[in-house]
Amino acid sequence: MSNSFLIILGIITPLFAALFSYVCRYNNNLRDSFGIIGGLITFVISLKIFHGIQNNEVYQITFFTLFDGVDFAFKVSALGSIFSLVASSLWILASIYTIGYMRGAGEKNQTRFVIFYSIAIHAALAIAWSGNLLVLFIFYEILTFSTFPLVGHKQNAESQSAGRLYLSILVGTSLIFFLPAIFWIWLKTGTLDFQDGGILMNKFPAEYLSFLIAMLVFGIGKAAIMPIHRWLPAAMVAPTPVSALLHAVAVVKAGVFSFLVVVVYIVGPDFLLQTKSSDWLVWLACFTIMASSIIAITKDDLKARLAYSTISQLSYIILGAALASSLALKGASFHIITHALGKITLFFCAGAIYVTAHIKKVSDLKGMGYKLPLIFFAYTLGSLSIIGVPPFIGSWSKFYLIMGSIEREFIIVAIILGISSLLNIYYLLQPVVIGFTQNSKKEIKLIKAPLTVWPPLITGLGCLVFFFYANYFLNNISGVIMN
Amino acid sequence: MFDIFLDDAPALVVVLPLLISAIIAFMPSKIWPWIISIITMLFHLFLSLHLLKEISVSGLIIYEFGNWEPPWGISFKIDGVNIGLQLLFSIFVLVSTFYSRKIFLNEIDYRDSGKAYSLWLLAVGSLNGIILTNDIFNLFVFLEISALASISLIALGAGQNRKALLAAFNYLIIGAIGATFYVIGVGFAYAMTGTLNMNDLVIQLGQYSDGQLAIFAGMSFMLIGLMVKAAIFPVHIWLPPAYSYAPSAVSTLLAALATKTILYFFVRLLYEVFIIYPSYLSLFLDFVLYPLSLLAIFIGTVIAIYQDDIKKLLAFSSIAQIGYITLAFSLKDHSGVASGFVHIFNHALIKGGLFMAVGYFAILYKDRVTLNSLKGFGYKYPITSFALLICGLSLIGLPLTNGFISKLYLFQALYTNQMYFSIALVAVSSALAVVYFWKIVEQMWFSEIKFKSEKEDAYIYLPIWIVTISIIVFGIYSTPIIEFSNLSADYLISGYQN
Repeated sequence: MSNSFLIILGIITPLFAALFSYVCRYNNNLRDSFGIIGGLITFVISLKIFHGIQNNEVYQITFFTLFDGVDFAFKVSALGSIFSLVASSLWILASIYTIGYMRGAGEKNQTRFVIFYSIAIHAALAIAWSGNLLVLFIFYEILTFSTFPLVGHKQNAESQSAGRLYLSILVGTSLIFFLPAIFWIWLKTGTLDFQDGGILMNKFPAEYLSFLIAMLVFGIGKAAIMPIHRWLPAAMVAPTPVSALLHAVAVVKAGVFSFLVVVVYIVGPDFLLQTKSSDWLVWLACFTIMASSIIAITKDDLKARLAYSTISQLSYIILGAALASSLALKGASFHIITHALGKITLFFCAGAIYVTAHIKKVSDLKGMGYKLPLIFFAYTLGSLSIIGVPPFIGSWSKFYLIMGSIEREFIIVAIILGISSLLNIYYLLQPVVIGFTQNSKKEIKLIKAPLTVWPPLITGLGCLVFFFYANYFLNNISGVIMN
Repeated sequence: MFDIFLDDAPALVVVLPLLISAIIAFMPSKIWPWIISIITMLFHLFLSLHLLKEISVSGLIIYEFGNWEPPWGISFKIDGVNIGLQLLFSIFVLVSTFYSRKIFLNEIDYRDSGKAYSLWLLAVGSLNGIILTNDIFNLFVFLEISALASISLIALGAGQNRKALLAAFNYLIIGAIGATFYVIGVGFAYAMTGTLNMNDLVIQLGQYSDGQLAIFAGMSFMLIGLMVKAAIFPVHIWLPPAYSYAPSAVSTLLAALATKTILYFFVRLLYEVFIIYPSYLSLFLDFVLYPLSLLAIFIGTVIAIYQDDIKKLLAFSSIAQIGYITLAFSLKDHSGVASGFVHIFNHALIKGGLFMAVGYFAILYKDRVTLNSLKGFGYKYPITSFALLICGLSLIGLPLTNGFISKLYLFQALYTNQMYFSIALVAVSSALAVVYFWKIVEQMWFSEIKFKSEKEDAYIYLPIWIVTISIIVFGIYSTPIIEFSNLSADYLISGYQN
């Protein structure tokens, strides 16, 4: 199979999954199976591309020219191969989980849900493999629009207003800041292609670079840096599979991925280090990390708490990109994987608890640890990984980020990262402590939904196992930085 | 066999619709007027294509009526500036004539069919005259014919809603004021120069040095008159009611083409004639047109957000979009004028498509289309709704649609002129466009009411989809529009630099 064909196949597989789900909409089992099949196919393709990138193979395809110097083209970068691997592998598990959750919770409109879920994955993969900034932008918008029906899935007043907020913030910021920034880059350089080492060096006035960085970081609203973070907690009204795969993996990671791509392949880390234009962003990221951790502590709703935790963790990646040193970029890229694995586990568990026991609040979890031991076990594994305790995979990315901040001589940043880990311990492990120590007086009827239990267990154990295989990923990531 | 016509093609594209309109006016049939109009427009398109061929060879055609040489006789001029617009005009009128039949049958008394198409062709012929004429008084005549024809067409909407009469009357009064202003200006110019021909006018005006008050007064009168006709903020107030109460087919024609042709003449007057007074021109552009455009963009968009009636919403969005075009024209350089022309093309398609889709909904719903009435239409009428969605995304300016190309070139033009404030305003306003458009989408697909899909009329959705597909095609392959616009700008701006 030729390399360019592989890209096309990978990108259209989710679309076909959506199409077949629609065609087979009257047969529930068949309809839901296409998510799993599509996930398996894209996973195999992503894996093949991931290995190909390690062997310096080139994956690219150009369809047509949009305007001067900008083609509608895909080209897989090292960073993109990582993101697509994460998104497609977790799609398999999320599809299995979706079956258990949607049926267990008795949601309506399941066909529409499955279709837009697949389209969202399609957009995420296309973002991962996009060849230039405009193609990335196109699929960035498609991702926003395709997740809107998922956020507003329940079609009640609450989800409708959440959907509006979601859309207006994400589309609004992208049109006001991101698109003009893209135009600006194009007008200065005449191209938008991703190139190793960036394209702005010697072409873009250094004194305006921090302004451009600001337009990009606020324009890519999916990265959820403060003050553009309100959409993420609002989006938690969606069914949990959406929160799990999209708002912990695909959508938010598409945001930080876009920013990381801009830093690595458009601006160029060297240019950033020379001009120090992103140093202000380091502090904003630190502020977001601390502020959202503190807000997370105050949230009693488990999903809201996880949402704020996500905001805080996304800023780790922004922080790494802003530091722009090789160790920090390594940590930021790796954090895409580690946080995805950890956070999807937590969301899976939150959804599983909701389906089996109809509990949404942390304070209601009293004594539940004994009744749902597997779920709480998985939850603990995921939490430990996000906190960064060895031997969990999350410890690697945090380690590199701290090293990166020391390399840039931002000692305070290293301290902030440490404090943030302490806060993580508090708000992530509190549910576990409540679950196992206090006793509930209420009798709670449990519903069995085994399909919601196995996916978090797998990802949770993955957090543990992959700690020992970190080099497998780090090879590709080093490729990002070295070039 | 057409050879005898071809020499007179420039005159025929205008005269033919006018002649046919007289023939079909009293036809009692409900289908023949439409068939004859379609045939007329097919022939019209053929002539326009012939003109394109001629222009690509010679570059300039001056057609003298009755062989009276200008400056004495009336002449038409076809060159790189207007040939692109002529083609767009011809094609779009053909498509919307095709579309109009079922709409007219539903919205007006079928016995009025002959009258409606008579007025339709009258409007088409006179609007085409505005594109081609090279004579400032002849333009006034076409302005008046087109205004009277459009007013009568708008008044036909009275069968649906009596407010159409008021809208038509408003348009009549305000349009007449605009036309009067224009003709007063023409009078001044004629008194000073003794000529009405545009090319001659440039030469004659050359003998007056800067500072002739009568000339400036005349120029100002003409420009203000045209601004009223082109619905440039703040003299746009006739437009929203006129577009929204007219029969849907008429709104389509007017929204897509009427203001565009006048805008075209407006820019031509600025850069071809008034250019010889650069200080006056830059005064007008910098201190009148530029700020008014910014206000139009912002206020038009904001008002559109608060509209409940969909056709009104689209009309206010038109005010903002006309603002984009005049903003581009106020830039005084090649990139600005070219991007203005790009948006004239693209916006004609976008707004035409939107009005077509909403017009269809109006006859399906059998009442005025408000936000509430669109509930569940996305499921009920999926084919038309999907076309509306694409047109709307293009209005916002997302990539892969032609609206994006417009925005790209507008941004480029603003950037080369270092107008960063305008860039910010345009960006904010396009984000606000999401707000009003998404209100429609939300009602159509995400309201709680659901319907089974119903059969849609192919006679109506075919033309809608032709426009929609052209929106996507020109979003991906934008070269033709860019070339035509660059050509127009080349012709106009070469005068500026000399």
